[in-house]
Amino acid sequence: MSTHPVEFVSPTQFRARVDEALHDGGLRENFRSAMQFLRDKRASQFPDADEMEGLRDVGEAVRKHALAHLPALLEKLEAQLRARGVHVHWAETPDEACAIVHGIATAAGARRVIKGKSMVSEEVELNHFLEARGIECLESDMGEYIVQLAGERPSHIVMPAIHKTRRDIAELFAEKIPDSTYTEDVDALIRTGRNVLRDRFMQADIGVSGVNFAVAETGTLWLVENEGNGRLTTTVPDIHIAMMGIEKVVDTLEHAIPLASLLPRSATGQATTTYFNLITGPRRDGEQDGPREMHVVLLDNGRTQAYADEQLRATLQCIRCGACMNHCPVYARVGGHAYGTTYPGPIGQILSPHLLGLEASRDLPTASSLCGACAEVCPVRIPIPDLLIRLRNEANRQPDDGAAQRLIGQGASFSVGQRLVWRFWSGIYASPARYRLLRWAATRLRVFTPRAQLGWTQHRTPLRPARRSLHDLMRERRQAK
Amino acid sequence: MSGARERILARLRAANAQAAGTPPDVAAYYGARAAALGASPREVRVARLCECLRASRADVIVSPRGEWTAAAVAALRRRGVGRLAHALDPAARALVAALPPDIDAIAFRDPIERWKREIFEHCDAGFTPAAAGVAATGALLLNHGRDLPRTLSLVPPVSLILVDENDIFDDLHSAASAQRWAHDMPTNRVLVSGPSKTADIQQTLAYGAHGPRELVVIVVTGGEGAA
Ligand code: SF4
Repeated sequence: MSTHPVEFVSPTQFRARVDEALHDGGLRENFRSAMQFLRDKRASQFPDADEMEGLRDVGEAVRKHALAHLPALLEKLEAQLRARGVHVHWAETPDEACAIVHGIATAAGARRVIKGKSMVSEEVELNHFLEARGIECLESDMGEYIVQLAGERPSHIVMPAIHKTRRDIAELFAEKIPDSTYTEDVDALIRTGRNVLRDRFMQADIGVSGVNFAVAETGTLWLVENEGNGRLTTTVPDIHIAMMGIEKVVDTLEHAIPLASLLPRSATGQATTTYFNLITGPRRDGEQDGPREMHVVLLDNGRTQAYADEQLRATLQCIRCGACMNHCPVYARVGGHAYGTTYPGPIGQILSPHLLGLEASRDLPTASSLCGACAEVCPVRIPIPDLLIRLRNEANRQPDDGAAQRLIGQGASFSVGQRLVWRFWSGIYASPARYRLLRWAATRLRVFTPRAQLGWTQHRTPLRPARRSLHDLMRERRQAK
Repeated sequence: MSGARERILARLRAANAQAAGTPPDVAAYYGARAAALGASPREVRVARLCECLRASRADVIVSPRGEWTAAAVAALRRRGVGRLAHALDPAARALVAALPPDIDAIAFRDPIERWKREIFEHCDAGFTPAAAGVAATGALLLNHGRDLPRTLSLVPPVSLILVDENDIFDDLHSAASAQRWAHDMPTNRVLVSGPSKTADIQQTLAYGAHGPRELVVIVVTGGEGAA
């Protein structure tokens, strides 16, 4: 099988892509029904509201506690991992993370990498990096495999191929997988994928996985999955490399337990997943299987920027369940690709500005009606709408206003014209005399109101001041009494 | 990249994050829930475990202690298993002793490098004993390590797991605290709740994605001690 160059989209053309997505009826139908399905599934897992709220409180407390002690917990995690013989690497940027993995592969003379699902590896575009250096990098999660085969990127953090229909996948497999015949039978399609990937598991030199929770106390990596590809990835190849964001750490094994209950219930509406895979170090003496060498790559990539600010720090509480996107009216309409970022939907809107800078992501925080559905379902209670408003403000600040914690790309949406309009506006509203003057002029000169009113008249009829102002009408009424 | 390490940690320290709110008391949360629900008797835990496992498409067989090997053999026969991979634990030895001549027992005693192809291509089933069961979610704990290779419950198309009714706990938290999991982490603890599955094609559930297509669970009842 030949893998395709990944198509890179950038968040800067966000508006154009949204427009395109909104006019794609098929895509909208796929997302609408998939989101409804996931919402119903989640709701069925939380029949008892008290239980749900109690568990969310604990989940939030666990994540907040981990963040409050993050530097110490990272050091503890590192020490525990090292004590088990795990190599620990730190990366500030995506390129550094990729170079670390490439270095491990080169040292081992590895040519074939098999991957379990890992959003961090998507974030750093590891496949692209390794393929460009002659190392095959194959996704083994069924959804990721489908997306890779199609030369696309995931459109959802939990269900990567959710934008594709069964028929799309049937056509893709028939075209791309040698000796396969066209079928729309899901069991047969999965069997085909399984057969292709089984050989690859046997041959792979390195398995790359993500991490759901990293337990500092024991140096344990806790992975959550249904397919078994994560277990195969972390068991069969000689070398296992786990990639994780620095925020993934929790203090104790006990702390991971409520999160492991919240995650599958919120994500796919399952009481639990098929496998919880708790890995503590590589193969020990006398054991017959498991990797002989194990590495953990800790990635920053903008997370320390979110961390530096007390309010924005909450972004890092995320356990990547995807519930916020499943419940987002914007995501359900435009789909994951429109965002052009690794993490789409509400979590992507609050996280991407730190990963990519506000310059490239300034429009993302505006793609929300602030309806609050995301915050209502978030298992760790991240106040997503508040963070969206905050990021909108950061994007519209003056770029060099001497802020103590300047976000990268601060003021990306700042415009002098807009600033002047608001100055003018507040000048008028701050003085009764000026306000009266404007009122007088607006009601008398209403016929001169322009018919084209920027964005407003794109889809609506123009606004025009009333003949009489409310103040005038009220005064008359009072006098008439 | 130790420079990266120092810089990342320095940036995190510079934020001066204060411990926000009360530290989490996970034990108190689960304790309060357990008190509200009342400790469930063993029969209820067993029934709940079986119900959850069956809901995830596992074949669950409840068997009296003296008869479990016969029940296991019957389950393997029904699936036409000809080659069963196993480790060298006491339960596996008991099962192997009961195997009829048409089922080959293949002991996993060498490093996987020596028989990767064998287990990937020629084993129909793998046997593993579970160290605990979690009733609330229907999950079984496998403590992989020296005596129990991980591949056994992962690669062959049928996974056969044995669990003792005396090792079934109400929920994950009570299992982890009663057995003091954090004190001694084996290389690979796995909780299994069904056959491998995926819903990645148009939300349609399909079994046998990468791991076993079938999970057969034998719950032994009656008496004390190891099966
Ligand atoms: S922000 Fe909350 S709801 Fe969204 S993915 Fe993260 S944890 Fe889930």
